[in-house]
Amino acid sequence: MAVRRLEINKCTVPGLLALGVVLALTLGTLAAVALRAEPGQGLLPRDWAAIRFTLWQAALSAGLSILFAIPVARALARRSFPGRSVLITLLGAPFILPVIVAILGLIAVFGRTGLISQVLGLFGIEPISVYGYHGVILAHVFFNLPLATRLILQGWLAIPSERFRLAASLGMAPSDIARTLERPMLREVVPGAFLVIFLICLTSFAVALALGGGPKATTVELAIYEAFRFDFDLIRASLLALVQFGLGAALALIALRVAMPSDMGAGLDRAVTRWDDRPALLVQDIVAITLATLFLLLPLGMVVLDGLPRLLHLPQVVFGAALRSVIVALISALLTLALSLPIAALAVRHNSRVVEALGYLTIAASPLVIGTGLFIITFPFVKPSDLALPITAVVNAALSLPFTLRALVPALAAVERDYGKLADGLGMTGWTRLRHLWLPRLRRPMGFALGLAAALSMGDLGVITLFADGDNATLPLQLFRLMAAYRMEDAAAAALLLLSLSLLLFWIFDKGGRVNADR
Amino acid sequence: MLTVDQLRIEMGDFSLTGDLKIAPGARVAVLGPSGAGKSTLLAAIAGFQPLNAGRILWNDTAMPNDPAARPISMVFQDNNLFPHLTVAQNVGLGLRPNLRLSTDDHAYVAQALTRVGLEGMGDRKPAQLSGGQIARVALARVLLRDRPVLLLDEPFGALGPALKSEMLELVRTLLDETGATLLMVSHDPQDARVLCDQVVLVADGQALAPVATEEMFANPPEVMREYLGG
Repeated sequence: MAVRRLEINKCTVPGLLALGVVLALTLGTLAAVALRAEPGQGLLPRDWAAIRFTLWQAALSAGLSILFAIPVARALARRSFPGRSVLITLLGAPFILPVIVAILGLIAVFGRTGLISQVLGLFGIEPISVYGYHGVILAHVFFNLPLATRLILQGWLAIPSERFRLAASLGMAPSDIARTLERPMLREVVPGAFLVIFLICLTSFAVALALGGGPKATTVELAIYEAFRFDFDLIRASLLALVQFGLGAALALIALRVAMPSDMGAGLDRAVTRWDDRPALLVQDIVAITLATLFLLLPLGMVVLDGLPRLLHLPQVVFGAALRSVIVALISALLTLALSLPIAALAVRHNSRVVEALGYLTIAASPLVIGTGLFIITFPFVKPSDLALPITAVVNAALSLPFTLRALVPALAAVERDYGKLADGLGMTGWTRLRHLWLPRLRRPMGFALGLAAALSMGDLGVITLFADGDNATLPLQLFRLMAAYRMEDAAAAALLLLSLSLLLFWIFDKGGRVNADR
Repeated sequence: MLTVDQLRIEMGDFSLTGDLKIAPGARVAVLGPSGAGKSTLLAAIAGFQPLNAGRILWNDTAMPNDPAARPISMVFQDNNLFPHLTVAQNVGLGLRPNLRLSTDDHAYVAQALTRVGLEGMGDRKPAQLSGGQIARVALARVLLRDRPVLLLDEPFGALGPALKSEMLELVRTLLDETGATLLMVSHDPQDARVLCDQVVLVADGQALAPVATEEMFANPPEVMREYLGG
């Protein structure tokens, strides 16, 4: 595009700078890790166990999430009922839900003194435990069942309604419709959904930290943390970090060959009219929706119930941690935007999938690998705990990038498609274009992106665990420490505080993007 | 003099060639079947469409690459106004792309708005305007841009017949004042008769040299007859 060359230069430099930061954080830290890792020593048997556990728990979590999601998505696809759209919105919520809060809720329901154990106790049955590999899988299903449901629901609603009318006019029974319409759709959607969830479970750290551990339930991420924190064995931590990156990269390569579903699509608010209804199907759908709703809402309800009484009597140290977390979250959100806007501009202007793909690099990167790398790079010069909060802000910003780019790139492409020529013709370039075209037109996706990044950072319990000492914990870390000290009442109150702050941050930014936005 | 010199554009199956000159002050209708490349020709002149070969010249000098630096104002089919800016700001972009408007600039904007019949509407947002008013705002900006060539890419296509002839009349008076050269894409041959003294026919992958409007309709060439039908 010879004609646009003049324009390109102005957004190329910031875009390349932002990409440079992303590459330094991902591949740069990886290089630091690789230089440190000495293959001679090799991995311990328990490290191999961690690799095996990481893979099978991710596979099982993804499989179970999808297995349970299919009936729920089918029910949501073919039933209209009051509260349906609220439920679908709720299905998007676990994404910004702090992991440690959900874990506390799951303990309150499935733990030794939890709801279910108490009910079992009435019948004289032994209480169940949530710690161990089944707890890790339970938590992963809790987080990913909603995502899987949304992805599969999208597939269901993407089947043109004419096909269902055609099926009805041909007198097809539910089994015929399943064979001709629904199973082909699932065959397309499920592999991508499985891979996305597998990847999420592969890099999840906080769940394993809180519920896992020991020889049977240690993931690679947790093994990095333990090698680092307990053994201070940087060489083994580095080797494990290389393994973790290799797993993520291998999966990303597979993912490139599979059509990836997107959760950004609109239009989940209508149900498909069907003519093949049977009473048995209605019962089945009611059961699926009720169970899913209980599974998702009970733990959160328990957090609220348990947390409320002590919310105002929390120790001072918790409020200090909350303040630190909010500041880190705000800085992290702004950093995310400062990184993603130039990258989006570069991707849109050059119409480059490669630029976009590089921006997504951090989805396969692990916070613990980045953290290990940053530790190796910085600790000869600075006391690591001094850098805990800045590094948390930066790493969280990088980790939010795939999601903010998902929101910003299509929006910016639409703005440029609609108004790019007009702006070019009028000579609106550089700063003027940013200020008078991009920022006002991108308010909604930017608000969403800022809210998402702030909430994700607010709830993050990852890299901070490597760097923090006693005085500079964030709220999630403080909450984890309360849990580890079995101060469950304070923990519940802190969890409620964390939950409220995360949702509030998301709500404020997202709302801010919508108010007075000219369509 | 606007010169399209040995132009060739190729995009997949589509191709367009053209070699023509437009006299200063001419009012040219660009007619032809849909998909023939009328809008592509305008986009090429405006600098939005990369050329595979050839040049676009203004007074025998090659035009700069940057569309904004060309001696051209363009009004598109739609999206002529930024919805988040007021009417006055949308017009003011014609003077200062960075919208740093001086007191004088504000006065010019107000004058231009009055000129197109939108006096006192500067504070409105485009969403509060009718289709005809939106076209008027775009023309007010054209007035302030004050470029010697005006390209209209069917900006009145969505308006009803009465409103459209009103707008064509407004374009005519503005051209009478500025003496600008006009190229207007239209799918309605009647527009050409109302406003234009020449016709450039775009058909079969070719932009033909301009022909006087009367001549074109009195003795239409074969492609024109097919296009007009009957």
